[in-house]
This record gives sequence, structure tokens and C-alpha cells, in this order.
Amino acid sequence: MRNIAGLLFAGGLAFLLLVLASYLPYGQTPMFLGDAILAHAPGEVHTANIVAAVLLAYRGIDTLGELSILFTAAAGVGLILGHRSLRSDSAGVNGAVNSEQHSGFITTRAVDLIMPLLMVVGFYIIFYGHVTPGGGFQGGVILATAFFLPVLVRPGTRIEHGVITLLEGLAGSGFILVGLWAMFYDQPFLQPIFDSFLGTGPLGSLWSAGSLPLLYLAVGLKVGSELAGLLVTVSEVPELSETNISDADDINRK
Amino acid sequence: MPAIEVVLYSGAIGLSIIGLTGLLLLNNVFRMLLALVILESGVNLLLILSGFRLAGVAPVILPEQLSNLSAIVMNDPVPQALVLTAIVIGVGVQALGLAMILRIKAQYGTLNMLKIREQLEFDLAVQSGVATPVSAHSPVSLASGRERQLSNHKDEQ
Repeated sequence: MRNIAGLLFAGGLAFLLLVLASYLPYGQTPMFLGDAILAHAPGEVHTANIVAAVLLAYRGIDTLGELSILFTAAAGVGLILGHRSLRSDSAGVNGAVNSEQHSGFITTRAVDLIMPLLMVVGFYIIFYGHVTPGGGFQGGVILATAFFLPVLVRPGTRIEHGVITLLEGLAGSGFILVGLWAMFYDQPFLQPIFDSFLGTGPLGSLWSAGSLPLLYLAVGLKVGSELAGLLVTVSEVPELSETNISDADDINRK
Repeated sequence: MPAIEVVLYSGAIGLSIIGLTGLLLLNNVFRMLLALVILESGVNLLLILSGFRLAGVAPVILPEQLSNLSAIVMNDPVPQALVLTAIVIGVGVQALGLAMILRIKAQYGTLNMLKIREQLEFDLAVQSGVATPVSAHSPVSLASGRERQLSNHKDEQ
């Protein structure tokens, strides 16, 4: 009964959405905001990547809010999985069988080689975020991958949470500090700053777009450390050894 | 109606509907999380489509294009910025959901939502001191759940 009701609901919703979509104008945007931003952004913000201009200049406070959502998610994971009963005995067990749990010679060496390259790529994408399609969010995810790969191939490796937390806090407060810096110039909070020395290059060069690269660096470090912390916290949960056959049966029956 | 439009829109809507159906019909909590991921990607695709222009290019300006900026057609950057953050936040939310699932697995030893609900009701009844919702014809799972609960209490003490 519940399944039939669910199917009916989903089918009805699909029909409704398809009918709505068939009335939408395709190939032309229904919003005027994008056109206005496209027309004004090169003159106002001096970024070649207009998505970065939207993200950091026109919607800077929203980005700050999104960073705080990420922080809330990370704090929630820490709260749920950081309980002592969940991780107390894990250190000894994992440490003991550490060497046998390695993923093999080839994988570990490959990850050791790839990790610095991934860091370079991540920082490249962050620093060139205002010039090319890229930026803090994408680069931050790559940085998190670079941090997490060694943990993935060597299960049981302990990673210092303090460093990650410190980096995360510094990046978050850096974002807010750049926002407050604009108020120092009698501008609204998070207004892009175009100083005499900061980002005065021509459009399309690395040293352009005012304070936006600084903001993107803060976003990248924040996202990277946040996601790395999340992944490390989840990976530190002791092997759920009570995995019994009944669950497999549940899955198979469906 | 051009064929590509039908494909793109029905793809986005279809992904959302698959995710929603999964959320409604599945009983395994982890599979529900995966359905949520599919739903998210469908919604993101729909948002991106709203900023799509025929013959539009990515909203990145090359320096040599500055002189005739009005001549190039660019896609709307606002939905792209929205989706960019939505993807990263989606990852955070998925990690939070995964953490909850790990905790549920450690606590109850099952991922079946119906069993978890049974055990939750039982635990609530035990904690609040009211009569447990068990009838004389109760299914076996409840009884075993109670035993498990008692053994857990012994372990803690």
C-alpha cells in the first residue's frame, strides 16, 4: 500500500514537472539578473571568471553563509562520531594490524607520488579561480582529496585533528577579516577592495580582481580542511565488526 | 520542441524522480542516502538548465573579447554559482547523513528502517518508563530487540 502510494506520488510529480518544463522558454534565461551581471561585472569587479564575481562579490555574504553550513555539517559529524565509545578501542586494534592493512606496494607508492601533484593542482585551481573556470570550492575539494588519499591507502593512520581545525579556523576568520577590511575603507561588508597594490593588473592576469583572490584562497582552504576533517573523522570509526549476515539478507530479499 | 530540450529536461526531472522514488520506497537507510544524492544531482541539473542559452558559452571573458563584449552570448552565471556551492554543501550533508548511519549501525546493528523504528519506539518506551508497545502476538524481532537492549544495558554497567 505504502509502495503504491509512493509510486503514484512520484508519477504525479513527474507529470507535473514535465508539463511545467514544456511551458518554459528553452535556450533563453527566464531571469534578467544574469544579463545585468554579465554586462556590469567586467567593469565593476575586473574578474575574467564571472561566476567568481557572482560568488564572491555580488553574493559574498551568501558564500559566507554557505561556509557556515559546511562548518555546521562538519561539527555535526564530529559530534555524532567523536564519541569516545566509538573510537576508544579503535587505535589499538588498527595500530596492531596496521602493516597488514596496507593496500599494497603499488598503490601506496602511487599515492605518495600523486599527493604533491594533487596539492599543486588544488592550489593552482584556487589561485587562478578568478581568471579561469575554477575556484575555491573546486580546488578545496581537490586539496581534501590530496589529504585523504594517504589515509585511504594506509588505514589506521592517525591524522592530527588539531592542524586541520586550526587551518579551518584561520581560513574562516580570514574570509571575515577581508570582509571587515572593506569596512575600513567606508565600504559595505565584503565589498571587493581595489587598493593601490592589491590586484591592480589587467583583466585576465593573475594579479587582478582586487581582494577576490584572497577571498577565494580563504574559501579553498576552508572547504579543503573541512572536507578533509570530515573524511578523516568518518574513516576513524572502528570497523563495525558486528556486521552480521542478517543485513545482507535484508538487502538480498528486496 | 527540439529533441535536445526533451532529453535534457526529462533527464533532469527523471533523475529527481528516481531519487524521490528511492526515498519513498526503500527501507535500507544507506540506500535512502544514495537516493538523496541522485535527487540532489537531478535538482542541480534542473537549476543549471534554467541558465542555459542556445549558442551560449561559459561565462569566462578572454582579454581579447573585452572590446566587443556585447557580441558574445554567455550562459547565465547566477545558477552556475548557486549550483557550485550546492554541490559542495551536498557533500557536507551527505557526510552528515553517513555519520548518522554509521552511528545507527553501531547502536542497532541494522540498517533496515522498519527495524530501527521498532527498536527506537522500544527504547523510548524504556527510557520514559511507560508500558512497552508489545502485544501478546508481537513479532519475534521485538522480543529479540528487547533481549539485545537488556544485554546492552549489562555491557554498559
